[in-house]
Amino acid sequence: MVDKDVVVDFLNSKSGSKTKFYFNDFTALFPNKGPREVKKILTALVNEEVLEFWSSGSTTMYGLKGAGKQSHAEGES
Amino acid sequence: MTKHATPLLDQLESGPWPSFVSDIKQEAEARAKNPKGLDYQIPADCPDDLLGVLELSYAEKETHWKHGGIVGVFGYGGGVIGRYCDQPEKFPGVAHFHTMRVAQPAGKYYNTKFLRDLCDIWDLRGSGITNMHGSTGDIVLLGTQTPQLEEIFYELTHNMNVDLGGSGSNLRTPEACLGQSRCEYACYNAQDLCYQLTQDYQDELHRPAFPYKFKFKFDACPNGCVCAMARSDFAVVGTWKDDIKIDQEKVKAYAGGVLKPNAGAHSGRDWGKFDLQKEVVERCPSRCMKWDGSKLSIVTAGCVRCMHCINTMPQALRIGDERGASILVGAKAPVVDGSQMGSLLVPFVKVEPPYDEVKEVIEKIWDWWMEEGKNRERVGETMKRLSFQKLLEVTDIPASACHVKEPRSNPYIFFKEDEVPGGWSHDLAAYRNRHQR
Repeated sequence: MVDKDVVVDFLNSKSGSKTKFYFNDFTALFPNKGPREVKKILTALVNEEVLEFWSSGSTTMYGLKGAGKQSHAEGES
Repeated sequence: MTKHATPLLDQLESGPWPSFVSDIKQEAEARAKNPKGLDYQIPADCPDDLLGVLELSYAEKETHWKHGGIVGVFGYGGGVIGRYCDQPEKFPGVAHFHTMRVAQPAGKYYNTKFLRDLCDIWDLRGSGITNMHGSTGDIVLLGTQTPQLEEIFYELTHNMNVDLGGSGSNLRTPEACLGQSRCEYACYNAQDLCYQLTQDYQDELHRPAFPYKFKFKFDACPNGCVCAMARSDFAVVGTWKDDIKIDQEKVKAYAGGVLKPNAGAHSGRDWGKFDLQKEVVERCPSRCMKWDGSKLSIVTAGCVRCMHCINTMPQALRIGDERGASILVGAKAPVVDGSQMGSLLVPFVKVEPPYDEVKEVIEKIWDWWMEEGKNRERVGETMKRLSFQKLLEVTDIPASACHVKEPRSNPYIFFKEDEVPGGWSHDLAAYRNRHQR
């Protein structure tokens, strides 16, 4: 399976319970790859607008674009 | 007349110090008048509503801010922090009030054009309220809405040649002291190192892959004007190896009252005659100085670089010539675990372009922390959890006496097989030959 699909399939499989994940959750998907390689996969997916960042200000998480609470849910259009 | 009554905030203005409440009121007034005729892109009365929501939280002793969100500029995982008010009907001007962090120039040198241009962008597209500067050192632009973010980012990067700073689980905006630009104590070019590492680690600054935040700070001397060893995960603090340079004639001039101690600072009251023995020699924390009335001597091996003698007699004493830096790791404020000061990892490293010696240490620490760190765990906590010994191992730094914090309380020593001559295997027959059952 292509690396990007592994990430997207993982996120889809969890979509019922969680929409945002720590970076470490993705490194666990690729036991043979170092964190830097995993980061490259995630960065490519962000650039392709498949994934998006979520930030609390102190911690950043990754999720599928459009999944979970979005800015319009806060009254922003 | 302000939009909301703010009796509790008004009281804050009565203190003797400059008041942020007065500043916000001033901005609210200016936006109401709009002397430049700006087409404000976010509600003009947001400073009024900011005062209103703050007054409410003072009265109720509860915050009305939520934080976090998917706000950001394309491709960046940091630099913008989503802020939402949980009373949007009462305070529509601050219903969405996102923060933007902008990287400050090394040493915070500005010209007025830069500051004016920044304020022009922020008056038009933000609340007009800034925090110069945030704790990490960034220019903090307080309060805008999502549609403005890309516009502001474009103008900052294309017209002002400045980038967003770090937030979230990223490398945070690196910070340096004034260094060699103004200071004779500087042991290395802190501003250049700060700038180079900011450039070299752009990916880490903008695209998060760490368990939590990571901060670099650079102090060019042990006076520590940016407090690197207390508030950064990776502190580079200038130091020197050889002797403090002593001009004995100038020492006598200080002792005789010809030169003013501390370069004339603390002169607001009469402290009496300068007493070199009492105020310098006896203040030395490691007692490595001697003054016989005509000659000052320092035992360099005992010097802990506290800087007190140099600060007191700057014309007589100077930092040594063999200069570099010490690297300390793991300082942090108390969140998951208690607050920690940095632990000395590299006692001395040459700090010269292209700074490969420093970068080598950084990257080894990152590789380890990215692999082993738990979510929301700072490197100082990982270090504490997995031991300092482990950090030495992953950074390939041989243990030395200066890594010892205190005498050990655990009498057991666990050796690894490669540390023991011959390893774990032994000749059982030969052993039984010597030792009967």
